[in-house]
Amino acid sequence: MSEFPILSLVTFLPIAGALFILTIRDKEPHVVERNARYVALWTSGVNFLLSLYLWFNFDSSSAAFQFVVKSEWMPILGLSYHLGVDGISILFVLLTTLLTPICVLASWESISVRIKEYMISFLVLETLMVGMFCALDLMLFYIFFEGVLIPMFLIIGIWGGARRVYSAFKLFLFTLTGSVLMLLAMFTMYFDAGTSDISKLLTHSFPASLQTWLWLAFFASFAVKIPMWPVHTWLPDAHVEAPTAGSVILAGVLLKFGGYGMLRFSLPMFPLASIDFTPLVYTLSMVAIIYTSLVALVQSDMKKLIAYSSIAHMGFVTIGVFTPTTQGVEGAIYVMLSHGVVSSALFLIVGVIYDRNHSRKIADYGGLVHRMPVYAMIFMVFTLASIGLPGTGGFIGEFLVLIGVFQINTWVATLASLGIIFSAAYMLYLYRRVIFGELTNDKLKKTFDLTPREWSLFAPLLLLTIWMGIYPSTFLDFMHVSVDSLLKQVEQAQAVATNISFAAK
Amino acid sequence: MLETLIVMFPLIGAIIAGMMTFGRNLEKETRLNIDRAAQWITCLGMLLSTLCSIIVFMDFINGSSSRTTELFTWLTSGTVEVSWALKVDTLTAVMMLVVTGVSTVVHVYSIGYMHHDTSIPRFMSYLSLFTFFMLMLITADNLLQLFFGWEGVGLASYLLIGFWYKKPSANAAAIKAFLVNRVGDFGFAIGIFGVFMIFDTIHLETIFTTVIDKKDVTINFLGFDLHAITVLCLLLFIGAMGKSAQLGLHTWLPDAMEGPTPVSALIHAATMVTAGVFMVARLSPLFEYSDLALTVITIIGASTAIFAATIACVQNDIKRVIAYSTCSQLGYMFFACGVSAYSAGIFHLMTHGFFKALLFLGAGSVIHAMSDEQDMRKMGGIWRMVPATYILMWIGSLALAGIWPFAGFYSKDIVLEAAWASQTIVGQYAFWTGILAAFLTAFYSWRLIFLTFHGTPRADEVTMGHVHESPKIMILPLLVLAIGAIFAGYIGYEHFVGYKNTNFWDNSIFILDQHSALEDAHHVSSWVKYLPLIVGLLGICLAYTFYIYKTDIPDHLKNAFYTFYKFLLNKWYFDELYDRVFVKPSFSFGHGFWNVIDDWIIDGLGPDGISETIKRTASKVTTLQTGYLYHYAFAMLIGVVLIITGYLFKSVG
Repeated sequence: MSEFPILSLVTFLPIAGALFILTIRDKEPHVVERNARYVALWTSGVNFLLSLYLWFNFDSSSAAFQFVVKSEWMPILGLSYHLGVDGISILFVLLTTLLTPICVLASWESISVRIKEYMISFLVLETLMVGMFCALDLMLFYIFFEGVLIPMFLIIGIWGGARRVYSAFKLFLFTLTGSVLMLLAMFTMYFDAGTSDISKLLTHSFPASLQTWLWLAFFASFAVKIPMWPVHTWLPDAHVEAPTAGSVILAGVLLKFGGYGMLRFSLPMFPLASIDFTPLVYTLSMVAIIYTSLVALVQSDMKKLIAYSSIAHMGFVTIGVFTPTTQGVEGAIYVMLSHGVVSSALFLIVGVIYDRNHSRKIADYGGLVHRMPVYAMIFMVFTLASIGLPGTGGFIGEFLVLIGVFQINTWVATLASLGIIFSAAYMLYLYRRVIFGELTNDKLKKTFDLTPREWSLFAPLLLLTIWMGIYPSTFLDFMHVSVDSLLKQVEQAQAVATNISFAAK
Repeated sequence: MLETLIVMFPLIGAIIAGMMTFGRNLEKETRLNIDRAAQWITCLGMLLSTLCSIIVFMDFINGSSSRTTELFTWLTSGTVEVSWALKVDTLTAVMMLVVTGVSTVVHVYSIGYMHHDTSIPRFMSYLSLFTFFMLMLITADNLLQLFFGWEGVGLASYLLIGFWYKKPSANAAAIKAFLVNRVGDFGFAIGIFGVFMIFDTIHLETIFTTVIDKKDVTINFLGFDLHAITVLCLLLFIGAMGKSAQLGLHTWLPDAMEGPTPVSALIHAATMVTAGVFMVARLSPLFEYSDLALTVITIIGASTAIFAATIACVQNDIKRVIAYSTCSQLGYMFFACGVSAYSAGIFHLMTHGFFKALLFLGAGSVIHAMSDEQDMRKMGGIWRMVPATYILMWIGSLALAGIWPFAGFYSKDIVLEAAWASQTIVGQYAFWTGILAAFLTAFYSWRLIFLTFHGTPRADEVTMGHVHESPKIMILPLLVLAIGAIFAGYIGYEHFVGYKNTNFWDNSIFILDQHSALEDAHHVSSWVKYLPLIVGLLGICLAYTFYIYKTDIPDHLKNAFYTFYKFLLNKWYFDELYDRVFVKPSFSFGHGFWNVIDDWIIDGLGPDGISETIKRTASKVTTLQTGYLYHYAFAMLIGVVLIITGYLFKSVG
């Protein structure tokens, strides 16, 4: 490996930044705080620029893992330090590196205690998230995948709202159950295939009966992370209690772990089980879309509303992954990416008025447009993106998923399409209650419009949302080849299985 | 090139005017200048766009053939390949002319009408934005771009209905409009998925050339094997019903009158609501192969025509009367399409664009004069004070009622004749309901005129003291529309539906040979030709009797048929029905799912139940919060240990 180890750098630079923050000492606390903020911002900012190297040098005509870094780690165990990205994971890496500096900037003023620790948590979190998307070794993947929750716990548990302990506990319980099962499955996989190398596991064919159990074990973990109905109840609580930036990362990146895991493990490694369980996934997803949309309609807390809407959006992801057609899978990835941008922005939007008025209750607002016209406009754009208006990023993914699944199952497509009516209902209803009407609450009369710092949070997301809607090819071109090869692999596995069953007869 | 400019001018205007919205706490002088600049820029953009449209239209009159300008790729995924493209043929050219023409007129009118408003740049920006989306819709060369424009105009409509966002009623109407349209779009979207399934493309040209091979194909939809093209057409038609406010999905249109009047004229009368008719005409090569779909369109169209007309007869809000009238006229256009007389439908669309915009803007002028009063019961006796408006309203009403030689006479006649000539049962149904609706149309139009302008003044003295004719900037646009309302029918007749029509449309509309209603319409008996005119005149006479000659009759009737009157006044109780069947249950289910299933069952059995157990047994040494963290880290550690043990086991064994 003579190549420049760019992936290692992108993955571990944040840790370096965190270590640097640790060393900051000064008699004046505000100096420490200021320095901690700036170091975190610079580190994550530079890391984003570094990750653009991946964007520009990625060869989208190849399905192979690229920028691969590999070295022996525990040779006696066959474990290795192995990183790489393909067309499926690269954009998630970029999403992570983009959102982290935004999160740091979003916490600039709203976090006022233990700033040093907070910034460290975020940088560590970034390393773990990027590592998760790049890991090509089971062990490494597991460490990153589960490790992410530690800084997330801290962020919710220390800097969260009133019921933070309950929420952190709930998050812990749900994810723990899933991850124990996933761990057992990984263990079994290693036994069966004799390797922990993901790129080798991808070509290994597991026996059909084993696939069923492995699939279920992984599903237990991924379904919680996505989250799918009925293991979704941790998400609204976690969002409500998390600080703004915590919600942004949670919705923007962490929710994508499950979908990514399904694309990396469930579908290619257990293709037969994937077919068998498709009805289950479809059912849960459709329930999620309709059920959580209706629940979102009656929420009185803005963050909870957006959290429930996220679950509905993720329903499209799980449907898309298990179509599995080109449009369905590409659509699923696209939904994850655009949701990463749009829901992050929506949580930032809630954060802006929370910082000013310390309330997330919809009823405390109304008529904000009179005081905050720019804010109202930005909120409108992201509302529209969230309800999937054509021309915004939200539309493309859902359209592809639905057109993909319609070819497979018209019932699923039709029921899932109801989501386009519901999403408009709860989002426009929210917007109306917060932004429109007379401004009656006296406390709001002094509210001011976006500051330049807040503008700089929204500008890149705004640009991306429109870009993703008008010219999605930029992003889809990254995926085509990798998705095709993934689908071919699934197809072959299924063909082989059919032949075997024919032979058996 | 020209079509790119046509589409881009409004967009540029909208963006520039949109940016002018955000100037807070400015000097009054500056604010006024900015307002003026926003008006100028958007009007100029529209004017240029209109000029280009006229050039394009003249090209097509002179026999230019259809062309497509591809801008850039939109979306590629597997076999889904879509580009941003501008397709122009005769049908598009006609629509362009109507859209840009009416839009320009409305832009200019708005300068006067919105004179006192505090957010003029925002209003102008929305108007131009709407025009951009509408132009994208009519120039679409694939279903996805059609959908883009479709939802885009829906957005603009939402923004403009809710323009006065302080009013709760305006906000409610805006959301309602968007949601009801989304129900239609739901059908439209599924229709697109189905088209892709059958044709493996959503590119219009390709669909049209391969449709003949697919005419007997079946599709498995929701478990049933059905005739594919019928299913697709019906799904797409649901979209058209939403946008064009047809029976069942019409409830948003009357409420949409909460928006400023120029909006009602532009979006909710002349252009956006006709998008459904345009869609059916555009997809005529598809609809032609499904007799069932055409039958359904005819029935829905005819039923809407009569249904809306009955309601219009009893409404008291001047704009709502015209709104129901629009709904009814859209019904005419649809049943024209349903009997395969698409060009007659488009012809009526075009003339209707002129006279309905005229009526709305005229009503706006009345409202302006009456200090924002919209209730006709509080008007009356003002015709001498607003003579220009009065005459213009007469012209609009004469055109609407289909009185010779006004525009509506030509277009409504051909629509009804085609229905008669189609020789089918549904055609007969459409014809007779159409005749009845024509009678009611004339009646409610003159009811409006008499109540608004004649009789004794019913407004208070202050309002009456303020009654004044509108400024020139508002009257001048009305004159332009009036000219259209008078002459458009006569001028357009031969090209649109007469002997020149095959040359004129030049393949942009496709009709099977056996569907010859339009051809036969020219050879129907003379009583069919004169009946619409006669019932129109009768309607006027009846209105005269009721509201001028013996004004106590309406009250007597009201009392005699009180239940029926209530039924009509409450718009056949559609809103109440939907509220009970869809809206309330949605909220109840939402609450139920949330409180019962999420909180009680899932959390009760899961985390909360376990938490209770843990709390009971947990030691008091660690606080809960850090405790979980340690538990978690510990569990992870165990995991790592387990894996390593496993590896070891494997490598040793």
